[in-house]
Amino acid sequence: MTQVNRLTGGQIDRDTTLKFYFDGRSFTAHPGDTLASALLANNVRLIGRSFKYHRPRGLLTAGSEEPNGMVELRAGARKEPNTRATTIEMYDGLIANSQNRWPSLRFDALAVNDLFSNFLSAGFYYKTFMWPAAFWEKLYEPIIRRAAGLGSLSMQADPDEYDKGFRHCDLLIIGAGPAGLMAALTAGRAGADVILADEDFTLGGRLNSETFSVGDHSAPDWTAQTVAELLAMPNVRLMPRTTVIGAFDHGIYGAVERTGDHLPSLPAGKPRQILWRIYTQKALLCAGATERPIAFENNDRPGIMTASALRTYANRFAVTASPRVAIFTSNDDGHRTADDLHAKGVKIAAVVDVREDAPLSYDYEVLKGAQVINTRGRLGLSFVEVALPDGSTRTLDCGALGVSGGWNPNVHLTCHQRGRPVWNEALAAFVPGENLPVGMSVAGSANGVMSTHGALRSGAEAAAAALDLTTQPDLPEAEDAPMALKPFWYVQGCKRAWVDQQNDVTVKDVKLSYQEGFRSVEHLKRYTTLGMATDQGKTSNITGLAIMAEVAGKSIPETGTTIFRPPYTPVPIGAFAGRMTGKDFHPTRLTPSHHWAKERGAVFVEAGNWLRAQWFPLPGETHWRDSVDREVRQTRASVGVCDCTTLGKIDVQGTDAAEFLNRVYANGFAKLAVGKTRYGLMLREDGMVMDDGTAARLAEDHFVVTTTTANAVSVYRHMEFVRQCLFPDMDVQLISTTDGWAQYAVAGPNSRKLLQKIVDPEFDISNEAFPFMACGKITVCGGLRARLFRISFSGELAFEIAVPSRYGDALMRRLMTEGKEFDVTPYGTEALSVMRIEKGHPVGNELNGTTTALNLGLGKMVSKKKDSVGSVLSEREALTAPDVLKLVGLKPVNPEEKITAGGHLMNIDGPVDATHDQGYVTSAAYSPNLNSHIGLGLLKRGDARMGEKMRLVSPLTELNVEVEIVSAHFVDPEGERLRA
Amino acid sequence: MHDLVALTALGGTTPRVDTVGPVTCSEVPDVALASVTARLGHEAATQDELARLIGTATPTAQRFAGDPVTAFWSGPDQWMIEAPIATHEDLAAHVKTAVGTVASVTEQTDAWARFDLRGDGVNAVLELLCQLDLRQFQSGHVARGAVHHIGCFILCRSADHVSLYGPRSSAGSLHHAVLAAMRSAH
Repeated sequence: MTQVNRLTGGQIDRDTTLKFYFDGRSFTAHPGDTLASALLANNVRLIGRSFKYHRPRGLLTAGSEEPNGMVELRAGARKEPNTRATTIEMYDGLIANSQNRWPSLRFDALAVNDLFSNFLSAGFYYKTFMWPAAFWEKLYEPIIRRAAGLGSLSMQADPDEYDKGFRHCDLLIIGAGPAGLMAALTAGRAGADVILADEDFTLGGRLNSETFSVGDHSAPDWTAQTVAELLAMPNVRLMPRTTVIGAFDHGIYGAVERTGDHLPSLPAGKPRQILWRIYTQKALLCAGATERPIAFENNDRPGIMTASALRTYANRFAVTASPRVAIFTSNDDGHRTADDLHAKGVKIAAVVDVREDAPLSYDYEVLKGAQVINTRGRLGLSFVEVALPDGSTRTLDCGALGVSGGWNPNVHLTCHQRGRPVWNEALAAFVPGENLPVGMSVAGSANGVMSTHGALRSGAEAAAAALDLTTQPDLPEAEDAPMALKPFWYVQGCKRAWVDQQNDVTVKDVKLSYQEGFRSVEHLKRYTTLGMATDQGKTSNITGLAIMAEVAGKSIPETGTTIFRPPYTPVPIGAFAGRMTGKDFHPTRLTPSHHWAKERGAVFVEAGNWLRAQWFPLPGETHWRDSVDREVRQTRASVGVCDCTTLGKIDVQGTDAAEFLNRVYANGFAKLAVGKTRYGLMLREDGMVMDDGTAARLAEDHFVVTTTTANAVSVYRHMEFVRQCLFPDMDVQLISTTDGWAQYAVAGPNSRKLLQKIVDPEFDISNEAFPFMACGKITVCGGLRARLFRISFSGELAFEIAVPSRYGDALMRRLMTEGKEFDVTPYGTEALSVMRIEKGHPVGNELNGTTTALNLGLGKMVSKKKDSVGSVLSEREALTAPDVLKLVGLKPVNPEEKITAGGHLMNIDGPVDATHDQGYVTSAAYSPNLNSHIGLGLLKRGDARMGEKMRLVSPLTELNVEVEIVSAHFVDPEGERLRA
Repeated sequence: MHDLVALTALGGTTPRVDTVGPVTCSEVPDVALASVTARLGHEAATQDELARLIGTATPTAQRFAGDPVTAFWSGPDQWMIEAPIATHEDLAAHVKTAVGTVASVTEQTDAWARFDLRGDGVNAVLELLCQLDLRQFQSGHVARGAVHHIGCFILCRSADHVSLYGPRSSAGSLHHAVLAAMRSAH
C-alpha cells in the first residue's frame, strides 16, 4: 500500500521519498507532509482511541486545533505523548504509535466502555465512587487512570536540550496568513523592526490551502513571493515553526520555536525547542479562524473531519481521505471544499446543506435543507445517513465526510489578560472585544474579517495603524465573498453526538450538565470536562456553549463565554526549564580553594549556591565522624584552616559610615577604633534578630562588614534599604566584595606561629601588637596585599586572613606546606559547626527569624544609649516576658545517647504535649573534646535552669532522652584561649 | 615580589579560550577593577576627577569610556574602573589617589570574572543569554542584567566584541551557559 490516496499538485517534494513507521508498520511520505497527511495518503484513517469510551478515532482537522489525531511520537526517552499528527512535520525515519489502546489499535479491549456509556456519562465518577472513601486512592483511581487517558509518558528524563532566549521588535505579527503577511509587508517596507511568527513550517496560513488567486498569482505563489521579499528585509525576522503561546504584561509575548522537531536527530549542542520572550512595542494578532464541526449521531468516526481540513489535505498536501467524499455544511464554505475536491478528481457523493436556499452545483449533487442523522462503518466511515426535507432518508456511500458549521475567530491571545470576546451575529461567532492586551490589535479572520481580500486589507491597515504609518502597499486582488451561513450547531434528536471529541463529551452530556444545575459556562466545563486537555476546546467550546444556550432558552452571549489562558498550544516542560536542568538547575558558586579541596578528596555540601567543603577524609577514615572528629581535635590541639570566603563581605565607606553602622547594628559602633573589629548584632525592624557578624574598621571612613553565608544577600539588601530609605541624608556607600577576597580562618593554638611564617616580617602579629579583635592591612609571601582579622568562631586563638581571590588557591597550598610542622589540618563546615556549638556561638539554626537578642543571651547588646533599627520593637511585652526562651547548652545524662536537633524539651514529670512544651533543640553535634553529644537549645527561663534534668522528646520519632541543662559555652567559657 | 601563583576564575593557570563557529569566548584575567561611588554632595566633583583619570568625559548612564583606563557606569553616581592588571595591579589605590575624598573606592579586581565574546555571530549568542534589546546595544554601551540567573555587566566594545563580567565564584556556571548558548546558536 503506497500512498493510494495521493492526488496531483500540492506543496510536497515528490522527488524525495521518506520512510516512516506507525504502530510498527512502515509507510512512505514526502517532504512537506505532516504525519497526518502522510497517514491519509497511505489510507490510514484510524489513528487512536478516545479518552473515555475508547472509540476509534481519526483526524478531525489539519492544524494545531486537532483534538483527536494524537500519537506517541518517537521512542525511548524521547517519546512524546499526545502529539498532534496534524502538526508533526515529516522526516525520514519518523516513528509514531497510536495511544490509549490495548492490545492493539484495531482491537481495543477497553472499547467495552462504549457499551456501558450510559453509566459513564458526565460526572459519573463524582457520583459513583463515593463509598467507601478508602477505596478511592487504592482501587478506583488506579482503575480509572488505566481505563481513561491518552498517551503515556516514557518515565525517563528528557535527553534533549532546550533553550530560552529574548527578542525585541517594534511589531510582533502573530500568524503568517494573508493578514499577517500583508501586515509584515506594510511594516517591513516602512522600515519597522518586525517579527513574523507562525506555528506552521510553511508560512502562508490558509493561502497554502486554497486554489483561488491573489493578484496575478496563485495563492501559494503569492505567498512564496511575499515571503521571499520579507526574507530579504534586514529589519524583518521570520520565525516559522514558532507558536506564540501567551500575551503577558507590558507587551511581552511567549513563543516556542521548534528548532529541531523536524529533524531525524538533533546535532550536538542544538536545542530541540527555544522558548522566546519577545518584547514588543506593538503586537498584531493574525491568528486566523478555526472551522467548527456540527454535532450529529456518531459524528466521530474516522474519516469525518472539518471540510476545510479536507480542502487543506487536497490542495496543500495532495491527499484525499477517501476517493469518495460527502460534505455536510451550513454555509458556502463547505461548497468550496466540494468544488476543490471535485476539481482534483475526488468523487463527491453529495453536499448535504442544512439551508433550503443552498447554492446548486453542476458538478455534484446538493441536498438542500438536509441533515446528516447518523453514520456507519467499522473503524472508519462507510456510510452516511441523510434526512431529507420531505422526511425521507438516504444513505450516502463515502469514506470521508467534510463538515462545516462556520468559522470561529482564533481570539485566544486577546483573552490572556482577561479580555472578553463579543458575539457577532453575522458570523455566529465570538470576535475580539474592546479590552485587548495593551499594544495588541487584531486583523484578518481572527478579527472576524473572513474574506481573503478583507484579510489582506485589514492586515495592512492594522500594521499601518499600529505604527502610525501614512502609506500602505497596494493590495492585490483576491476573493472577497461574504460569509453566508445559517447558524447550525447540532442535529436535533441525536443521542451520541460528539461535541468535544478529545474528552468524549456529547450533546447529551451538555444537556445533563444543565439538568443537574451546572449551568454557568465555567461549571459546564468542570462538570463535563468540555474544553479541557491538550486542545483546550478549540473545536468544541462554542458548540458546547450554543447547546447550553438553546437548552436554557437564552442567546449565546447571554449564556456567557469562556476565555482562554496561556499556553495557546501545549508546551513541553523542558522548554520552560531551558538550560536550567540537572546540575545546572541553578548557578553554583565555588570558593577560591575549591579546586585544591577537590584534589584533597573533600566532600562538598551545598550552602545556598555555594559548594563548601564539608570534611576532608583521610585514608582509613570510614565514617564522616572519623574525619570531623579528627579535624576538630587537630584544630583545638594545634592548628586548622577553613575556607570562610562564603561569608558575606560588604564594604561600607563614607564620612557617616560609623554612624550608619551604629544605626544598623543594635550594639554601638560609633566609637570602634581604627584597626579594631567588633562582633555585631543586626535586628529586623520588628525587633527580631536578623543576622550577626563582624565589622572591621580599616579607616575612619571605611569598614568591612561580614555576614553569615546564608544572609549575605538579605543583609546587603537590608542595609541598602536603611541607606536609601531610612537615612538618605547620610554619606555612606555600600558595595559587596564577597567574591573579591579569598578568606581563610586559621584557628588553633599554633595559628599565630603558622601565620608568622607567611606574613611579611614588617607586620607584627604578636598578641601585644595584634590583640584579639585587631584588624589591619598587611602583606604576605613577599608582598601580596592581604587583610588580617583576629577573630574567632571556633573559640581558639584564631585569625582570618584574606588575599585577592586569584591567589586563594596558592595561599591555601602555602598554609598547608608551611603548617606541616604543626600538623595543620584543613577543616570543613562540619568541624566548624562542632566547634561553634562547643563554643556556644549562634548561627542560622538559632537566628531563625523567631528569636530576639534576649532569647540568645545577647540582650545586653541592644544598646539603650542610642537608637537603632529594631531596638524599640525588641522591647515589646511578649518578647520580654519573664518566661521567654533563653539559649542553653544540653548534654545527655547518658553520654552515649544522642541530642537531636528539632526535638522538644519537656519537664521530667508531667504530660508530653504542646501545652507543656518548654523549648526546643536548635543545634546538635558530637563533641570529641567532651566525648559526648552536646546541643544548643532555646528553653523557657533557660538561664535560670542550669543543672536541671529534662526530657528531650520527639513524639513523631519516639525520641525520649534525658538531658541536663548546662551553659551554652562548653569550651573555654572565659575566652582565655582566643585572647592567648 | 611575592611568589604565589594566580589562578584564573575557571581555575586554570592560563586563560580558557573556546571557539564555536564564528564566535570565540576568552577568559580575560589580566584586568584590574575598582568601584567608585560619589560621596554625598560630591557627585559633580567625582565626575570631574574620573574624567581626568580616564582622559575623557565620564560616561553617563549605561555607557563606558576611556582607554586604557576605562570607566563603565554601574549605577547612579557609581562606576567601575577597568585597567590592564600588568600596569595597574593596585588599581584601587591608584583610583583613590585620583579621586581623593570626593568618592569611595573599593577594590573589585577579583570579585568579577571577565569573558570576552568575539565574532560575527555574537548577537545570536547574546540573545540566548540576556534580555537586552540588541538593536539598541551599540559600541560603548554597558548594561547590568541577569545571565543564566547570574547578575552580570555586559559591555559592547564593538559590533563583534562583547565583554561579560560575572561574579568570580560563579565563573564556571557562567562559562557553561555561554558555551551552551554558543553551541546552540552556531
